[in-house]
Amino acid sequence: MKNKADVVIIGGGIIGTATAYYLAKSGIKDIVVLEKSYISSGATGRCGAGVRQQWGLEMNCALAKGSVDIFENLSKELNFDIEYRQGGYLVLAHNETQVEQFKRNLAVQSKFNIPSRLISIEEALEICPYLNTDTFVAATFCQTDGHANPFRTNFAYAYAAEKLGVEINKFTEATDIIVENGRITGVMTDKGRIDTPIVVNAAGGYSKDVAALAGIDIPTYSERHQILVSEPIERLFDTMVISFQIGIYTQQVPHGSIVMGISEKEEPSYNINSSWQFTEYMVKQAINILPIFKDLRIVRQWAGLYNKTPDAQPIVGEVDELPGFFQAVGFSGHGFMIGPKTSKILAQLIAGMEPDMDISPLSMKRFEKGELILEPSVVG
Amino acid sequence: MKREDIVICRCEDITLGEIRECIERGATTLEEIKRELRCGMGPCQGTTCMPLIRRELARYLCMPVEEIDLPTKRPPLIVSKFESILEGKESEE
Repeated sequence: MKNKADVVIIGGGIIGTATAYYLAKSGIKDIVVLEKSYISSGATGRCGAGVRQQWGLEMNCALAKGSVDIFENLSKELNFDIEYRQGGYLVLAHNETQVEQFKRNLAVQSKFNIPSRLISIEEALEICPYLNTDTFVAATFCQTDGHANPFRTNFAYAYAAEKLGVEINKFTEATDIIVENGRITGVMTDKGRIDTPIVVNAAGGYSKDVAALAGIDIPTYSERHQILVSEPIERLFDTMVISFQIGIYTQQVPHGSIVMGISEKEEPSYNINSSWQFTEYMVKQAINILPIFKDLRIVRQWAGLYNKTPDAQPIVGEVDELPGFFQAVGFSGHGFMIGPKTSKILAQLIAGMEPDMDISPLSMKRFEKGELILEPSVVG
Repeated sequence: MKREDIVICRCEDITLGEIRECIERGATTLEEIKRELRCGMGPCQGTTCMPLIRRELARYLCMPVEEIDLPTKRPPLIVSKFESILEGKESEE
């Protein structure tokens, strides 16, 4: 392990590995990634694999659209197949109030050239013929939303970063961030010290603990979310089907298996054990919106952590009180889908380059001001 | 038949060659090989392939087989139909 670096990134998920890749690409030398377990062991490797641009707030729309633009060419750029498919996202509206909210969301999305539209029950059935029409009144659809394999995307970024000279240290835990005279001077790990002026908190579910190592208190907390997957079956439909009201999402991935998740009442915790209560509840709700699922067979289920913020938008950028301490945390369940663009911008900020877009609204300062606008379109 | 073409994971059709490439790229745990290639994610949940891949990885890393951790066992223990779960059946008819 190096004992001196220009940048040390804590976390080997999509944010950590993608930021390392973009930093190395911009010419920064001596980049070290610390991952306390193996690559894709945390939230990235446990996520629902969906890539959605249909958001209610401008910042989420911009980062999602920017990420789709990256995803579209990523297999080629990183020379590793990430199984990216644009089968669309179909968002169910269950009543007229939701239709009105979705119309407001569509207006925001159109500002970013996201090709989403309101569709009728009949049009929804053309896209997914198996929907239970008793459960919804209309929907929105965006064809360019879709799927990428989170593991392969994460590995692709890691391998590409390593080829550019990034040192990725698996099974290496950051145990302290050393601050002297208000500046970062190093990171202590369980394998020794690394001198560095810049540290990136990309610790996903453990973001609050890593910020605390630097003496910074951040308003993130983690919450268990569970997913199950079926046996692979013949192609049923290409779109992701989601409902914010039920908190459900489900999609047949390119491999043929059907992945699904649902929101449950959860207390903040680091618990990632599976529960039978989830299985029962998930199966019941999934059959309700897609009755054909009653013949599916569940192969396995797992859990991961949403790292949440009070407004369900991430915290991205340099911390004012501690120059050299950058963060990209609190993605509130959508870090994978907006990860590529967010990481690219973070790398630009760290490298002192002009960022592709202004992400200052994602600074931590917004919580002090207390003027929060809650993202209305979080699922799972 | 070449040795590299031997199918190790029968659920997901993963060959010995693909597993060796994955290890060459830097995988040092069965969890990483599983995530990258899907072996162990099929209906048998790694019952057949994991002991074989574990031996292959141990040989490459020059480690005793028992020091290579097995991946997390995920519920349910047997592949189950949604309808059976919904209706609380003891077994499938």
